[in-house]
Amino acid sequence: MTNALTSFLEASVRTATPLALAALGELVVERAGVINIGLEGIVLGGAFGALLGAGSNNLVLGFAAGCVAGLFIAALFGVFAVSMRSDQIITGTAINLLVLGLTGALYRGLYGATGAALTIPTTGSVPLPLLVRIPVLGPTFFDQPPPTYLVYLVAPVLWWWLYRTHAGLAIRAIGERLESVRVSGVNVPRWRWITLLVGGALGGVAGATLVLSQSGTFAEGMSAGRGFIAIAIVVLGRWRPIGVLVASLLFGAASALQYLFQAMGWNVPYQLFLAIPYVLTLLALAGFAGRRIEAPAALGRAG
Amino acid sequence: MSGPAPAADASTNRWRRRIASWLSTGTLAAVVAVLSLALLWMALRLAGFDATLALGALWRGSFGNWYALTSSTLVRATPLVLTGLAVAIAFRAGVWNIGADGQLLAGAALATAVGLAWGDALGWAALPIALVAGAVGGACWAGIAAVLRTRFGVLEVISTIMLNFVALDLVGYLVRGPLQEPSHAYPQSNEIPARMHLPFLIPGTRLHWGFALGVCAAGILWWAMRSTAAGFRVRAIGANADAARIAGRVDVARTTTRVLLLSGALAGLAGAIEVSGVTYALYENISPGYGYTAIAVALLAGLDPLGVLGTGILFGALEAGALSMQREASVPSVVVTAVEAALVLLLLAMSRRGAAARVIGRFAGARSPSPEEAL
Repeated sequence: MTNALTSFLEASVRTATPLALAALGELVVERAGVINIGLEGIVLGGAFGALLGAGSNNLVLGFAAGCVAGLFIAALFGVFAVSMRSDQIITGTAINLLVLGLTGALYRGLYGATGAALTIPTTGSVPLPLLVRIPVLGPTFFDQPPPTYLVYLVAPVLWWWLYRTHAGLAIRAIGERLESVRVSGVNVPRWRWITLLVGGALGGVAGATLVLSQSGTFAEGMSAGRGFIAIAIVVLGRWRPIGVLVASLLFGAASALQYLFQAMGWNVPYQLFLAIPYVLTLLALAGFAGRRIEAPAALGRAG
Repeated sequence: MSGPAPAADASTNRWRRRIASWLSTGTLAAVVAVLSLALLWMALRLAGFDATLALGALWRGSFGNWYALTSSTLVRATPLVLTGLAVAIAFRAGVWNIGADGQLLAGAALATAVGLAWGDALGWAALPIALVAGAVGGACWAGIAAVLRTRFGVLEVISTIMLNFVALDLVGYLVRGPLQEPSHAYPQSNEIPARMHLPFLIPGTRLHWGFALGVCAAGILWWAMRSTAAGFRVRAIGANADAARIAGRVDVARTTTRVLLLSGALAGLAGAIEVSGVTYALYENISPGYGYTAIAVALLAGLDPLGVLGTGILFGALEAGALSMQREASVPSVVVTAVEAALVLLLLAMSRRGAAARVIGRFAGARSPSPEEAL
C-alpha cells in the first residue's frame, strides 16, 4: 500500500513535469496578452527535435535540440500572430496541424514506415542527496529526472521576473492595459516576442522531456494534448506561477491514477478520472470557487 | 481587434468585392486545390520522394475514378463538411468554437446510445431519431460552453478545448463501460441494428445519404446567412458586437448562444452520421481530429457555407488520396495535414496584403470578441 502510494506520488510529479514546463512558458505568454494555442505543436516539435538531437546518445544535445525546435515554432507563431497581427487562435490552430503533419511525415521519412524499434536512452532519475531522505516528500519530489529540477528552478525565476522587475511589469501591463501601455511608449511587439520565445523554449523542453525522460522514443502526435492541457493549467492556476505548479500537480495526479489503479488491481475506468482536471478547470473558470478569475484583460488581442 | 481599417476608397472596395465574387466558392476551391498540389509537390521533392508517382497516387485515390471519388473522397468529406459548417457559422458570429471535435463525439455517443437502447423498438423511426439525438448531443455539449460564456463569462476558446478532452475521456469510458460490446474484449460498442444504417446514396459505392444531408445543410445555411434576419444578426455580431447591440438592438448573448447550439448540433449530426453511415459502432478514435481540420476547412472557405462544401470535398480528397499515396509511393499520409495547415497560414499571410484580403476578409478584419464581453 505505502509502496503503491509512494510510486503514485512519484508518478504524479513525473507526469506533471512536462505539463508544468509548458504551462510556465504559456503563463508568461498569456500575461503579455497572447494566447498561444500552438503550444501543442511546440511540445510536439520539441519532442521530435529531441529525438533528432539525441540521435548519437547525447542527451544534453537532445534537450538543446528540443528547446531550439520549440523556439522555431514559437517564432513562426510570432511572425503571424505578433508581427503580422493575424488572429492568434487561427494561427495557433494552423501551427498545431502543421507540426503534427511535418513531424509525422519526417519521422516516417527518416526512420521508415514502421518507425518501431527506435529507442533512445533516457535520463533516468537523479536523486538529490539528503533531500531524497525526507520521508514521502523526498522520493516524491527529489528522486526525479533532471527536467523536474528545472521546474523548481524556472518557477521562482519566472515569478521574480514577472513581479519584481521592470520587464515583468511591462509584460503584465501589456496583458492588462494594452492601449495605455502602447501610448506610454512600451514596445508591445518586442515584449510579446520575448515572452513567446521564452514560452517556446520551455514548451520545447517539455516536449524533449517526454522523449528523453519518459518514453525513450517518439511517436506520431505523442504530445497527445499536453499543450492544450498546459493552457488549461494556466487558467486553473489563475495566471500565477505558484498556481500553475499546483494545477500541474493536479493534472499529473489525475493521469497517474491509472498506474495506481493498475498497481492496486482495481478495475476502475480511469478515463473518468482523466476528465476530472478539465471539469475542475471549467468550474474554476466559472467562478465556482467563489470569485472570478482575472484573466489578462488583453488576452487574444493583437498588439 | 486587428486588421487593417477598411479602405475608405470606394473604388478599392468595389474592386475587392469584385475579386471576392470572382474567387468565391467554386473558383476559390480550384485555386486552393492547385496551390495545395504545388505545395505538396515541392514538399515531396524536398523530402526526396518520387513526387510525380505520389501525386498520381493522390489523384487515383481521390478523384481518379468513380469508386475512389464516391467511396473515399465524398465519404471522408461528409464529416468535414458538417463540422466545417459548424465552425464557419460560429466564427461568422465571432464565436470561437474550437470544440467541434468534442461535439462530434458527443453526438456520436448519444446517437449510438439511443440506437443500442431503442433501435429495435423504434422500427423505421430509429434512424431519424438517432440522427436527431446526435444533433441534440452535439448541441448540449456546445450548450455547456454557451452557458459558461453567457452566464459566467468564460472564453469559449478555452472551454470548448476543455470539453473536447472531456468528451474524448467520456467516450473512452463509455466504450469500456456501459456501452462496451458484450464480450468485453474490445474498446468499442456493439453494432447498431441494421435498420439504423444510413442507406447508400449510390448503389455499389460506400457513399451514404449523410453526404446529401451535408449538401442540404450547406445550402440551407448559405440561404439563411444571406437572406434571413437571423443570418443577418449572426453576421452583425460577428462584424461588430457593440454596434449590433447598440445600433441594431441585437441581443448578443442570445444570438451567441443560439449560434453555439446550432454549431454544436451540426457537429453532433456529423458524429451521428459517422456512426450510422460508416462505422456502425462507437469507437474511441471515431474522429481523427475532424473538428480541428474543420477549422481549416471553414477558414479556407472564407466562412461561406457553400465554400465549405467545396473545401470540405477538397480536404476529403486530400485525405483520401493521402492514403493511396502512402500505399503506392510510401509517402506518409499525415503529410497532408501539414499541407492543410500551410494553406491556412498562406491565406493568413495573403489576407494582410490587399487583393486576397476580401476573400477571407470577412474574418481577417478581426474579431475575437472584445475581452470585456468575452471574459
